[in-house]
Amino acid sequence: MTNFGWLVQMAWRDSRKNFSRLLLFISSIILGIAALVSIFALGDSLSYEIDQQAASLIGADLEVSNNKPIPANVQKIIDSIPGERSEQRSFSSMVYFPKTGGTRLIQVRALEGAFPYYGSLETTPAAASKQFLQKRTALVDRALLLQFNAKPGDSIRLGNTGFIIEGELTGVPGQTGLAASVAPIVFIPLQSLPETGLEQKGSRISTSYFYKTAKNVDVNALVDKIGPRLKQAGMNYDTIASKKEETARSFRDLSRFLSLIGFIALLLGCIGVASAIHIYVKEKINSIALLRCLGATSRQAFLIFLIQIITIGFIGSIAGVILGTLIQQLLPVVIQDLLPVKINPIFSWNAIGKGLVLGLIISVLFALLPLVSIRKISPLQTIRMSYQPNTARDPLAWAVYALILLFIVVFTRIQLRSWSQALIFTISVIFAFALLTLIARLLMWAIRKFFPSSWSYLWRQGLSNLFRPNNQTTLLIVSIGLGTALICTLLFIQSILLQRVTLSSSGNQPNMVLFDIQTAQKEAVKKLTLAQGLPVNDIVPIVNMRLESINNITAETLRKDSTLSIQPWVFNREYRVTFRDSLISSEKITKGTWKGKVEGNIITVSVEEGYATRNKILIGDTMVFNVQGTMMQTVVGSYRKVDWNRVQTNFLVVFPAGVLEKAPQFHVLLTHVPNEETSAKFQQLLVRSYPNISVIDLNLVLSILDDILGKIGFVIRFMAGFCIVTGLIVLIASVLISKYQRIQESVLLRTLGASKKQIYVINAIEYFFIGAMAAITGILLAAIGSWALAKFSFETSFDPNWLPIFLIFTLICMLTVIIGLINIRSIVSRSPLEVLRQE
Amino acid sequence: MGSILSTENLTKTYTSAGRQLTVLEHVNMQVEEGSTLAIVGPSGSGKTTLLGLCAGLDSASSGSVLLNGIRLESLNEDQRAEVRNQHIGFIFQNFQLLPTLTALENVMVPMELRRQKNVRSKAQDLLEKVGLKDRSHHYPVQLSGGEQQRVSLARAFANTPSILFADEPTGNLDVETSERIENLLFSLNREAGTTLIVVTHNVELAARTGKIIRIKGGKLVNE
Repeated sequence: MTNFGWLVQMAWRDSRKNFSRLLLFISSIILGIAALVSIFALGDSLSYEIDQQAASLIGADLEVSNNKPIPANVQKIIDSIPGERSEQRSFSSMVYFPKTGGTRLIQVRALEGAFPYYGSLETTPAAASKQFLQKRTALVDRALLLQFNAKPGDSIRLGNTGFIIEGELTGVPGQTGLAASVAPIVFIPLQSLPETGLEQKGSRISTSYFYKTAKNVDVNALVDKIGPRLKQAGMNYDTIASKKEETARSFRDLSRFLSLIGFIALLLGCIGVASAIHIYVKEKINSIALLRCLGATSRQAFLIFLIQIITIGFIGSIAGVILGTLIQQLLPVVIQDLLPVKINPIFSWNAIGKGLVLGLIISVLFALLPLVSIRKISPLQTIRMSYQPNTARDPLAWAVYALILLFIVVFTRIQLRSWSQALIFTISVIFAFALLTLIARLLMWAIRKFFPSSWSYLWRQGLSNLFRPNNQTTLLIVSIGLGTALICTLLFIQSILLQRVTLSSSGNQPNMVLFDIQTAQKEAVKKLTLAQGLPVNDIVPIVNMRLESINNITAETLRKDSTLSIQPWVFNREYRVTFRDSLISSEKITKGTWKGKVEGNIITVSVEEGYATRNKILIGDTMVFNVQGTMMQTVVGSYRKVDWNRVQTNFLVVFPAGVLEKAPQFHVLLTHVPNEETSAKFQQLLVRSYPNISVIDLNLVLSILDDILGKIGFVIRFMAGFCIVTGLIVLIASVLISKYQRIQESVLLRTLGASKKQIYVINAIEYFFIGAMAAITGILLAAIGSWALAKFSFETSFDPNWLPIFLIFTLICMLTVIIGLINIRSIVSRSPLEVLRQE
Repeated sequence: MGSILSTENLTKTYTSAGRQLTVLEHVNMQVEEGSTLAIVGPSGSGKTTLLGLCAGLDSASSGSVLLNGIRLESLNEDQRAEVRNQHIGFIFQNFQLLPTLTALENVMVPMELRRQKNVRSKAQDLLEKVGLKDRSHHYPVQLSGGEQQRVSLARAFANTPSILFADEPTGNLDVETSERIENLLFSLNREAGTTLIVVTHNVELAARTGKIIRIKGGKLVNE
């Protein structure tokens, strides 16, 4: 049996002079652990807050809602629900700010009653949340007020009537900041809704009833009783429990996603640790050989170093946990806009425990790779320095590789709750690392091969330093490159998405959509548009309907028979359908025959190809639609391929002419506005003349998209930052590890007469190459990935904005050079002999 | 007195770039217990290989080594490590002290590996014998070459070995220091009654041993 006490003593003796170096090795994992602990703790804080604030997520005990007029029999059920009730109608409309003349598409919420019963409408001033109901005034989203330079006391116009702004709205129960930026909310009293004239037939208004039930009422039992009937009538309902579950589920997904980014940072750090320990062990070969010579067994030698790594891994994990707990205080600020609840970070022992265990396991696992080689160090190396041990792969090293892979799969499985996703993640990580290594190696090869040999000595020396024995060039390129790749991919995707929206409206393509045009208003709106010198690209009728059955399969049959391959949303959604006698430019028939007119009693519809294939709808199948109470049997006559990328009115289902002309409908008009000024003028005119008509301006879509991508991107950039900083720590560690080597080189060069400046230049060149290759590797990987995304997924060209990418490149090069030069300063500023004596 | 070390047809071959290289060929020798012996020969003659095989630092391609009645070729590396710890002491040309351990701790290691008691005071005594009592808490880097070799001597005798292998023990030292180290080595050896095998180029050092064997091209040329 090994004398454990002696092993610990030897581990301590051996490490005490290297303690700061060992700490430096392990510092590479501190950030990864910190990232994970902060995300785990955030997840715990979120669960806690969602539990605590569950009631205020929904604001009531029960919410029943629908987005179509409620039939009388269903209204009876709703009215029979016991308890206090509030009613809210919400819909999209245009708001007009008379002071500045600004208009914007918003979400109107007309409220009656004491909703929210839990939580509150957060307003400034606070009293405004209650007063607007009595005073018939409005609460307006804070960002909207800022956009149009308005404040409480000013007025807005909704439809036919004006409202004084009672207060600025800063928070609505269950609403995220992100949702508010997509559709800013304006609250008005329900009793004022008729005056606006916005509640017209065909308007897409959603009605919600909020209930506060008496304490003795069991909401879940009540829902069990009336729920099926409500569902059958197409109504939706939510309780505190269901809302809590739904919210918790979606944010579990978010924290799992973020934890995977943190895990990648940790893996990067671990590769740094493995590489540093590898060099450490190489330096220790002589000591280990001597110990073996003096009679220590291979196991004892191995355990002496393993104990060091476990101790340092534990210390690193504690440091990571402390840092993670501090970062956790910062995270809510970063992601608050994505969250429906306010977060007060809690002290999570669960997260701390996970961080410690994870840090310890992973640092030991990765350090084992170089450590297993200790067993093979021969005592012969004490008398023969040139002795080369057997370099054949150690089976134990393969076992360690297998353990690492297993650990990654198991950890990812715990995060993603799916073996297949865990495997895909692991394979993707391996692939990304392999690709980065390949690109790094190719770059190094190219520089070596094509670098002009006629360049000065300083350049050639700086370059050759990259290929010195025990160099960590590839590791640095991979670790810093991965962080760069994550950030650049994000920038590229943001750029592609915005470009796609911008391109879709270029030339004379429509860039403004007018919807909710009533049939009676159609001609007048068309005239108004033309009078402004704007084209009418298209004017399309739209009829709202629901799907009752496909080949006699109804939603009910689908619920009972899980073998059917129809997706449930097919029956739940509302279909906006048009009718016409011809195809438009963004669609073409791929199967069957297009029939533009009704023939006899058979209504032949055309369905979108993807929708049909996903739901196994075949040519000749029967689909029954409920057109606002009237059942209409149709036959699938053709599949259409639709180009969804164009700003055009595209539809899943198109009816032939001659059937729906008399059905309740509204119209959509597409036009092209040449500039923002014309757009603003046209929107003002429209809102004043036809307040019920809503306008989507593509500039608005662009700014919203930019805002959303900015907010989500910030979170991902924040996490990707961990990868970059980990890469820089690996850089600092590896620079310090190679300090001894550099001292030898620099002292030799100085002895041979090199000036301080020349040594600085040689080192600056070396670090510049490392930084530049890392950045280029990351940018190349991101560009390849984003190009593939652009070509195959978004089907658009890849023409990103290179300026921010160039800035990232410059920043990484600068950081790398600065870190490198700081390290060499202590060597260059003293005499060669002084340095050698001290070291 | 009986033999403490004997080799029989000891051969070592290496394969390099597909070629077989024999560095030691059919070496037969016997060393009496308590005797002193020098192995001399030009560079590359196989001296160090012979020392490595006799001390159980490497395994032979063929032939056998019998050390203190133990057949080394039948042992695995960990068993040989135990033999080294129980029976052998080493002195190296480049001192080979553990840089992270103090002089005292370096001397303690062989005894600690044997789980002996009172190792600290024993190590202190040994350091006193080599004249380094007041340098016991210094690290190797803080000691001169001669002082490092004296620590190495103290360590070599720490586990009271039956046989001591010294590989060019004065090869890295100046003449004056070399003489002091040689004197110390032989006096400690006499005192402990240990068998001493010295591998050296140094004719004067070799001359101080009881027996000299010459090696050339991997073969013993005379004894």
